[in-house]
Amino acid sequence: MSNQVSKTELMIAEFEGPAALIKAAEKIRDAGYMSFDCHSPFPIHGMDKAMGLKRSPLGWIVGMMAIVGGSGAFLLQWWTSAVNYPLIVAGKPFFSFQAYVPVTFGLAVLFGAVSAVLGMLILNKLPRPFHPAFNSSNFIKFSTDGFFVSIEASDPKFDKTESHEFLRSIGGRNIETVGNH
Amino acid sequence: MKIDTASYKLKETKQIEKAALFVGAVGLALIFLGYYSNPNQFFYSYLTAYTFWITIGLGGLFLTMLHHLSGAVWSVVLRRIIEAIMKTLPIMAILFIPVGFGIHSLYHWSHTDLVANDAVLQKKSLYLNQGFFLARTLFYFLIWFLLSRTLHKVSIEQDEAFDASQIRKMRKVSAYGMILFGLTVTFAGFDWLMSLDAHWYSTIFGVYFFAGSLVAIISFLILVSLFLGSKAILSDIITVEHYHDLGKLLFAFTVFWAYMAFSQYFLIWYANIPEETIWFMHRWEGSWKIVTMILVLGHFVVPFFALIIRGTKRNLRILGIMAVWMLVMHWVDLYWIVLPSLDHHGVHLSWMDAAGVIGIGGVFVRIFIRRLKADPIIPINDPSLQNSINFINS
Repeated sequence: MSNQVSKTELMIAEFEGPAALIKAAEKIRDAGYMSFDCHSPFPIHGMDKAMGLKRSPLGWIVGMMAIVGGSGAFLLQWWTSAVNYPLIVAGKPFFSFQAYVPVTFGLAVLFGAVSAVLGMLILNKLPRPFHPAFNSSNFIKFSTDGFFVSIEASDPKFDKTESHEFLRSIGGRNIETVGNH
Repeated sequence: MKIDTASYKLKETKQIEKAALFVGAVGLALIFLGYYSNPNQFFYSYLTAYTFWITIGLGGLFLTMLHHLSGAVWSVVLRRIIEAIMKTLPIMAILFIPVGFGIHSLYHWSHTDLVANDAVLQKKSLYLNQGFFLARTLFYFLIWFLLSRTLHKVSIEQDEAFDASQIRKMRKVSAYGMILFGLTVTFAGFDWLMSLDAHWYSTIFGVYFFAGSLVAIISFLILVSLFLGSKAILSDIITVEHYHDLGKLLFAFTVFWAYMAFSQYFLIWYANIPEETIWFMHRWEGSWKIVTMILVLGHFVVPFFALIIRGTKRNLRILGIMAVWMLVMHWVDLYWIVLPSLDHHGVHLSWMDAAGVIGIGGVFVRIFIRRLKADPIIPINDPSLQNSINFINS
């Protein structure tokens, strides 16, 4: 058996439950793996830290886009109602910033919310219709009662025999390697 | 102040209770002396100070019910503290008595001779009259007393032995209680503060009053937790993760307050009806203009940009400073609501303003500490307690 694997292959191991999955993630992180993921039916608190994930830049994206949306709305209202086509409305000054607030607020929220959804999809590299893990019949359980770890073969530390041995030593069961076919 | 490791109750609190009582007695004695020099100033300062502290107590009742209704886990470690704040309400009711005596000084509508020549107030006199005003206030306190007593009673039963029916009962009481709370707080805001300017009306005023009380309770909760932590009480149970969540709530309620404050202003500005705009005109006159700007910047702009940063919420020293800042701003907010009815053309700070806040505050803190030490400081049989202690923001 050759230790050579194609770059899209994955090694999947099943774990007992959420606590075991967290412990496993910590050990895989400490062993120096970079390209690995954890799969569970529900979010597990503390998983980000256990996997050694960095904070997502999504907050900054949302914040910036909210500022863009809000200032754009404010400028548009100012330009249309005080510069380009001034109209007296209810005897108030052309530049009545009070009247601009609802639309400014609304557009800031809209830009923030839309960029949160799109940013999340892009950062997660979604949508992704196919993943090698789907070739494992056991892996289906990840959406009901299974807790899995997957290590990508492209990880520099990955070695078919060593990684297999390592996953078994930290409590992994039903370890298998799946590819694209 | 220490914690008894067997019963989880506070002990050796005598010193702080005495200090609070001393501060409270001196403050109250001073402000009551002030009554003889300037009764009007006394009543206005007292009302401001009183609403400042009662809004914190009411916030405790609200957070307790919110906790049960939402089934939140992270706040289990804080449950006893918010319950103790809620339990200050019955005794705070007694401190309302001076306001009752000050109806004639505070509320224009209580003078029947003036109302007789005032077409608007005549129409309102069915609602705004002394007897009904006092009966309503009594009713509010009765509701708050019954809610806080029931919720506390079931909560304490849980310390004896856990039973799932306790959780259901607290949830049920909170569901009905939340509706009653919403109505009573709205009308308390209308009665105590909005009717200071009896011609003026704003339907959102009750929500505005409530929004301020939320900012105050979260700030107070942060400071109490920090104080207990500095005495090595609960310091490894209320962790930075819980402070982070408190910081998020402080941010959220600050924005909520601003939303309500602007909504109130915006509709009045748009409609431009003199009987509505007069209230804001009074607050834009002379040095009141400065207070209004302090409120806009200090109660919204500064905390918005300070608290939106994650680091601020997780740095306990900065979060503590923000909590003090927001409490001060909550007081400025109430001062800005109440005092223009007395000082029409500009701010006249009085020593009684400070004496009132310190005096009622001393009494409030003493009741709070006594309530806090009566029961275990964490709900020892709550099934979510361990999860709450381990809580992490991910």
